[in-house]
Formats: sequence, C-alpha cells, structure tokens
Amino acid sequence: MSHVPERYEDELLSEEPLSDELLSDELLSGELLSVEGLSVDYFDRAEPVHAVRDVRLGVRRGETLGVVGESGCGKSTLVTALTRLERPPAVITAGSALYRPREGEPVDLLRADERQLSALRWRHLAIVFQSAMNALNPVHRLGAQFVDVLRAQRGLSKKEAQERAGELLGLVGIPADRLRAYPHELSGGMRQRATIALALACEPELVVMDEPTTAVDVVMQRQILKQIGKLQAEFGFSVVFVTHDLSLLIEIADRIAVMYAGRVVEVGPARQLYENPAHPYTAALRNAFPPLRGPRRPLTGIPGSPPGLRHPPAGCAFHPRCASRFAPCDTEEPELLPAGAGEAACHLPTHADAPRTEEAPDATD
Amino acid sequence: MTAPVVPLGAESAPAATRKGPRLGRARYFVRRLAFYLVAAWIAITLNFLLPRLMPGDPASVLIAQMQGRTALSGDMIASIYRLFGNPSEPLWDQYLTYLGQVFRLDFGLSVAFYPTPVWEVISAALPWTIGLVGVVAVVSFLFGTAGGILAGGRAGSKLDSVATPGAMFMTALPTFWIALLFVLVLGFQLAWLPTGGAYDPDLEPGLSGAFLGSVVTHAILPALTIAMGWAATWYIGMRNMMITTVSEDYVLLARAKGLSKGTVLFRYAARNAMLPSVAGFAVNLGNVVGGQLLVEAVYAYPGVGYLLFQSVASVDYPLMQALFLMVSLSVLAANFLADSVYGLIDPRARETGS
Amino acid sequence: MSVDAAAVAARGGFRLPENRKVRAGLALLSLFVLLALLGPFVVEDVFGMSATAIDTSASMQPPSSAHLLGTTATGEDVLAQLVVGSRISLLVGLTAAVISTTLSVLVGVAGGYLGGRPDALLTVVTNVSLVIPSLPLLVIVASYVKGRGGWLTVALIIGLTSWPWGARGKRAQTLSLRRRDFVLAAEMTGESRWWIITRELIPTLAPLISASFLGAVVLSMFADAGLAFMGLGNINLTSWGSMLYWAQNASALPRGAWWWFVPPGACIALVGLAAGLVNFGIDEIANPRLRRANRDIRRAAKAAAKRAHRENS
Repeated sequence: MSHVPERYEDELLSEEPLSDELLSDELLSGELLSVEGLSVDYFDRAEPVHAVRDVRLGVRRGETLGVVGESGCGKSTLVTALTRLERPPAVITAGSALYRPREGEPVDLLRADERQLSALRWRHLAIVFQSAMNALNPVHRLGAQFVDVLRAQRGLSKKEAQERAGELLGLVGIPADRLRAYPHELSGGMRQRATIALALACEPELVVMDEPTTAVDVVMQRQILKQIGKLQAEFGFSVVFVTHDLSLLIEIADRIAVMYAGRVVEVGPARQLYENPAHPYTAALRNAFPPLRGPRRPLTGIPGSPPGLRHPPAGCAFHPRCASRFAPCDTEEPELLPAGAGEAACHLPTHADAPRTEEAPDATD
Repeated sequence: MTAPVVPLGAESAPAATRKGPRLGRARYFVRRLAFYLVAAWIAITLNFLLPRLMPGDPASVLIAQMQGRTALSGDMIASIYRLFGNPSEPLWDQYLTYLGQVFRLDFGLSVAFYPTPVWEVISAALPWTIGLVGVVAVVSFLFGTAGGILAGGRAGSKLDSVATPGAMFMTALPTFWIALLFVLVLGFQLAWLPTGGAYDPDLEPGLSGAFLGSVVTHAILPALTIAMGWAATWYIGMRNMMITTVSEDYVLLARAKGLSKGTVLFRYAARNAMLPSVAGFAVNLGNVVGGQLLVEAVYAYPGVGYLLFQSVASVDYPLMQALFLMVSLSVLAANFLADSVYGLIDPRARETGS
Repeated sequence: MSVDAAAVAARGGFRLPENRKVRAGLALLSLFVLLALLGPFVVEDVFGMSATAIDTSASMQPPSSAHLLGTTATGEDVLAQLVVGSRISLLVGLTAAVISTTLSVLVGVAGGYLGGRPDALLTVVTNVSLVIPSLPLLVIVASYVKGRGGWLTVALIIGLTSWPWGARGKRAQTLSLRRRDFVLAAEMTGESRWWIITRELIPTLAPLISASFLGAVVLSMFADAGLAFMGLGNINLTSWGSMLYWAQNASALPRGAWWWFVPPGACIALVGLAAGLVNFGIDEIANPRLRRANRDIRRAAKAAAKRAHRENS
C-alpha cells in the first residue's frame, strides 16, 4: 500500500507555478532551516559549560544533513536546542534558527513562544530518538502513542487515529495488529521502526534523528536506513541525521557537518568531505570507522580522548590530538571559513607556511 | 538510595518471555499470592516458636498470673499450653494443635481484660485502626503524590524549594513525638481538638450526628499525625522519581509531539514515576504501621496500637501474640493488594514470570 | 545512588564531599557524638550536676537558672538527663546499626554475587523478613526478654530485625558490579569467592554501606525510643527514650511540662535530620539530575536565559 498524505498529493498534482516571491526566497536560500550563531550553555555548577558554541548550519528542503562527532561533542545538545526540548540546566544563550515552512510565515525557533512552538511541533518538526526502548512510553500500548498525537495535532477521532496509526506502521513494515502491543513486547528493530513511523504521523517537513540506528544490529541498521531513504523520497521531508559514525553518513547524507568540542569544525557535500577532508579531525574520524562498502583499509583510532567541555584546550580544541598542528593552533581558535567544496575551521588551509601532512595521524602516537 | 523498582520477590525472575498478556497477568498474581502465603505461614510459625525459644517459661508465668485472679479450668490451662508451649509435649504435636487453634481464631483469654477472649478484644479494636489507616493511606497518598508530581515536574520552583526541605524534616521526626507535641499544643494548650479516645464517652454510640461528629473530631489529630509522615515519604519518593523521569526520552518525545502540558506531566511522566512508589509500598508500610501503633498509644485511640500498649503494660502475652499475628497478616494482605495494583499499572511486571 | 559514583569514590580514596547538605549533616552528627563522649563528664564532673539525684522539693520545675531545662516529677535535672542519656541512645543506635549493617552486607552482597539457588533462598528470606512488620515483633520479643541483658539486648533485637531493608539495596548494587572488570579479573586469577566478596566487592560498595549505616543508626534510635516509650527495654537507664516514657507516665503532657519531653524528642529528631541531610546530599552527588534541581543553579540558568533574550531582541 502506498498512502500518499493529502499534502503531498496536492504537491504532486499541482502544476501551478510558484509565486515569484516564494521562488526568489527558494532561490536565495533554498533552506528550510537556517541556524546562525547558536550557543547553548549548561549551568549545572557555578561556572556555565559551553556545550554548543556559535553553530551555523543550513538544512535544505528534502535533503539529509548529517551531523557527526564523538560522544560529548555537543551533538545531542544541538538536537534538543533545535527542537526546543532543552531543559534546565541547558540554556540557549545566543543565536537564531529560522524555519521557513511551505505555508505560513518563517519562524525563529529559538525565539518562538510556547504557543508558536506547539503549532509547529510534530506537524512540521518531528524527532526520532537514539534509544527506541526509552523513546516509547513503557506503560502505554504502541497504538495509544500514535493516537494521542494524531488526535491532538490532527483532530482525528479515536477510530480514525487508530486506522491512520495502522497505515503508518505499514509504511515501515510492521503489521497493524502490533498496535495492541506494549513497547517491551516488540523487538529492538521493530521499536525503532515504530518510532520512525510515529515521527511521520503528521507529515512533518523536518525530521531530526538522533542516532536512530545505534541500538540495533548491522542488518537491521541497513534496513532502517533504506526505509528512511524510501520514505524521504516518497514524502519529501528533510532529515537532520545525528550520529558518531561517519561511514554511515556517507551512505545517506547529502551534506555533512562535523562537530568537535561544541563547534562545527567542517561542513560540506558528503562525498567531497569524505574523500577530501579539509580538517584533520574529519580525516581522523574517517580513518576510525570501516566504510560500509568499498575496499577495506586499515583503521586507525584517534589518539587521546575528546576534551572536557568544562575546560576546553586553548586555541583549536583539537590541537592536543592533531598530528598536523603547528604554530597558531594552540593559541588562536580558527574560524569556519570556505575550504575545498565546503567550509572548515582549521588553520591548515589558510596558512601558506602550514606543514604538509598526507598521512593520517598514527594511533600509536 | 536505590529505589526498589519491582515488588518484593519479583526481581529474581528471569527476563521476559513472550507469553500472551492474559496468561502473564494470571501468572503474576499467582506468584504474588504464593509469596504472601509463604510469608503468612512464616509469621504464624514465628508466633509459635518465639515463646518456646525465649528464656523462661511464658506458659507457667501466664498460668500463675491468671490463677492470681480466678480459678482456671483445665480447658483454659490446656489452651495456654497449646499457645505458649508445653515442655512435656513434642514440638511437632504442639505445632499442629497450635495451628488448629489459630485457624479457629482461638487465642485464649486476655489477661488485661480478663476474662474476655482475646479475639473479642481484638475484634472491638480492629475497625478503629482499619478505618483510621484506610482514610489516612488514601489521603496521604493523594496529597503526597500530587505534591511530588508538581514539585518534581518543576524542580527548583517555589513549591519545590519550600515543600522538599519541609518533607525531609518531617521524615526525620519520630512520629510518636510529633503526636506528643500535638497533644500538648493543640490538645491541651489551645484546646482545639480532643486528644483521647475515639469518641466522646458522654455520647451514646449510634448513628446520631453528634456521635459521628465526635468520632470525626477525635480522629483528626491521630490521622493528621500519621498522614504527615506518610505523605512526606510519598512526596519525596515521587518528587525524586519525577525529576529523573522528566528527562527520559519518552517524556521529551511527548513534549516534541506538542501534547498538552497536562498530558505530558501526567500520562507520560507521572504515570511512570509512580511505579517505584507503588512497588516500594511494602517497604514503607511496615514502618508506617509501627508509627501508627505508637501514635494510637499516645492518643489512647482504642485501636490495635493502643491495645498493644495495654497488653505490654499488663504483660498480656495472649493478647500480644494475637495482635502480632493480626497486624502481620493485615500488612501482608495490604501488600498483596499493592502488588496487584502494581501488576495492573505496569505491563512489564506481568511478563516477569519463570 | 548509583554504584558507578560510589565505585569511583571508593577507588579515589575518602574525601569529604563538597556537597553542603552532606557537610552540614556530618557536622551535626559529630556534635552529637562529641556530646555522648564528653558530655556526661562535663555535666557530672565539671558542673557537678546529676541525672539521677532525686529532689522532691523541686518537682516539675520549669526551666530556671538552677535547672536550665527544668526538672522531672521527681526533681531530676532534665538537662543532665538529656546529656547523660545521649550516651545510651547513641550506643543502642550504633550497636544495632553495626549488627544490622553487617547482616545486610553479608546477605545482600553474598546473594547478589553468588546468584542461583543461594541467592534465591536469601532473597526469599530477605523479602519475607521485610514484609513482616518489625515493631510488633520487637515489642513481643522485648516483652519476653523483660529487660534482661540491659541495653545490649535491646540493640541486639533491633539489629536482628532491621537488616532486610539494607540487604535488598545491597543485593541490587552487587548485581550491577558482578560483571565488572575488576571482579572478573579476580575470578580469573583464581581468588576464592569469600576473598572477592570481602576484598573486592565490599570495599567498592563502602560509600553506599556507610550511607545506609547512618540510616540504620537513626532507625535504630527511633526503634529504641519507641520501645522505651511503650515501657519496654531500658526504662531504668537514662536515655532519650526512657525520658519520654517517664514523662508520659507522670502525665507531663496534661500538666504542661513541655521541657520534660520536648528536648529528648528534639535530640532524636536532630540526629534523624542530620542523617537525612547526609543521605539527601549523597543522592544529589550520585544523581546529577537531582543536583540540577538545586535552586542556586536554577537561578543562574534563569538569569542567563533572560540575558540571552535581552541581547537577542
């Protein structure tokens, strides 16, 4: 079955040209979501911790933006800030995130009030969490967790909502009778696919996925990624896909942003970024994970461990672990500037006197 | 401290097996029932062994005590030996006759209320205690849990920063001492409320308004004393669990879905946060009952606790023993009830069966 | 409290936690320990007061310069009783807590570590002991014992009936340690089970054990006071519990002699409060989510959010 939601049906059928105004906006930015200068602090002791600093990101319509980094790099904080689910002690201290829906006025998510946010939630902006075990309410049946949002956001009757929930489960290959099951009665892969179906309940334009395949095995991971791709082609939503696994992103992302110590250190088209990383950290990440396809190559771990955000190193936060570091690295923090096909925050491309290193940093260093 | 998250005895079961939910549910209840039946048997056996293991010979002491008041018939002496040990009979025979007597609710004659049978004395006291504990349990659960939900849902709020230290303070106070303070201040110095008995002795017991009114006013202070401590315990458990639960992914997801604040707070956060409180009910109940017994003694409230106090004062072993049994069995029954509720509100509990 | 935090604390050696609640609680407890150790000498030898000297001419006197906390029905000095009584009350509490903590550690850690049948058996024993209400049991045993053996018997009875609660917690914590590297390593090198329990598991659980020990001290003191109040146990030794019993017995309440029963109850409550502070503080250290509920941190976060909002708009 392939139930095409009404909105997309309209899109497909309408042959009308877009209005000039809309067209120019599309041409100018083409972006569904533009994030500028986003900073998030944690206040869990006397001194705040800067978990996310001055992040700039753009998500285009229908694309998949990958966000990659080691644990503790601020990527999950970024996710909760973008979806406005941050809770004390996390505080958004600066920035804007302009969201341009297909219909209606653009909204700055970071400054939206509760009323504006609740109008956007799930109808425009949905989320899939890392661990599906914890993302579903353990004491309610799967069906109830579809029905509550369909009734609240779509105004469906209970019966309509049940039917729609069955259709949604069908999208990810789960039989509708599993709606009667409790989350703990489902397998891990099924739970994860159910949360993806749940995210699509109100046909959102943007789905944020926070490590959606970490808790399942490799075969299931493959299946889920394929399914996400298929659904995306069908419904045309954009995806922000957060993970620690760069080789996984190369399979599904159009563009990739690499985060380190709370900052975006490199961003660019997926293939170029992977093949020709401008930042030594991107290169190191690439060499630390086996590619999902293509020839095998030796893996090298990244020496050292990610810096604590409470006391980040001076200068470029990566310099203590970087094999290519040179004079300015431990004092000046590099800015995110054009490099290669994208942008990178590294002194190497901008300094003519930088040392040339072709080799990846060695794990035994 | 680690909050117990499953009912007593359910934690050693192996991981969930895929069984029909209905079968799992029946299995859960049967397992709980079996556990409490074993516990009840142990309590009954303990009651049999204690006087026989104690130094001295309680039966002879008792017989001497009673003979000081009246001539004991042979039957009575035999009954005392059955309950408290007869050195000349083998233990196993004693055990069987003891069990028979317990099942007939024949606990002999009370010393303190001689010659009333113990069971009659207890039957008169039981309704007062059950009424008081029942009302207090419901009220304190509602208030404590509701307060915990609100405070934990908005940790650091004004309510939280006033109520939490207050509740901490409450749980640190010995209940019977609070009862003493209440009696002194509210009872004697301000004379707002009566502090002794369950009703005005000048009134004729019956369904008259005046009598029922006096029952209520006499119950207020004892109820308040126990309810404060109990509600504080519920409150703190609930508040801490709420703080942990509101950061769970399923609560974040509920917020992301744009559900109303109430739905997120109650259907998602509180509904899960209260599971450990219900599972931990058994652990708390024993302490609460202890407090209740002492509080009744302070207010001379004619329930089981005051009886226990009187039985100690007049060295009334038959009464004491029967009280221990009745209180233990009631607590076990209440715990079975709590576990059954847990089985109904946590779908995962029904699956842990071996 | 999480075992991880505790394990880190155990392996890092003992340091006084920075948490304010823990410090305040420990300070208050130390004060009471000092009172019990030195107080009786100071009161009896330095000030020449007596806790037991009967003076019928000064019966039920309210506080005055001669008797700072007034006198009892038989004219004994309440302050002297309070100070002297602290010794027995703390002694019973500590002894009972040592007994119950030892038992709970043995049963809980052994069950959690050994698993299988021994664990199943120990768990049933623990759970059954837990659901049988302890106060009526205490009352019965204490009344059969009839004061024989003095305070030690009371401590013994309390200790023997109050271990199951702690055993349950320790079993759960041991279960989470069972598969840790340091335990597996010890098993590989062929250490005996007893060695692993006493040299690896118990030291790792030490911070948790000491926290539950404090709780046990307070519960034992409550139980002791409750027993004394019912006229069981040590009513002829001066303790906070026996003071309450005699006050109740002499109708101190209807006669308005608050100075007789408020101080001993307040002392018990303060010890309870101190242990409560320590336990709440430890919870905050172990569970960062609870710490975040801390008011000062909330305030700082709120102020920052406001600042950001002003600067943005």
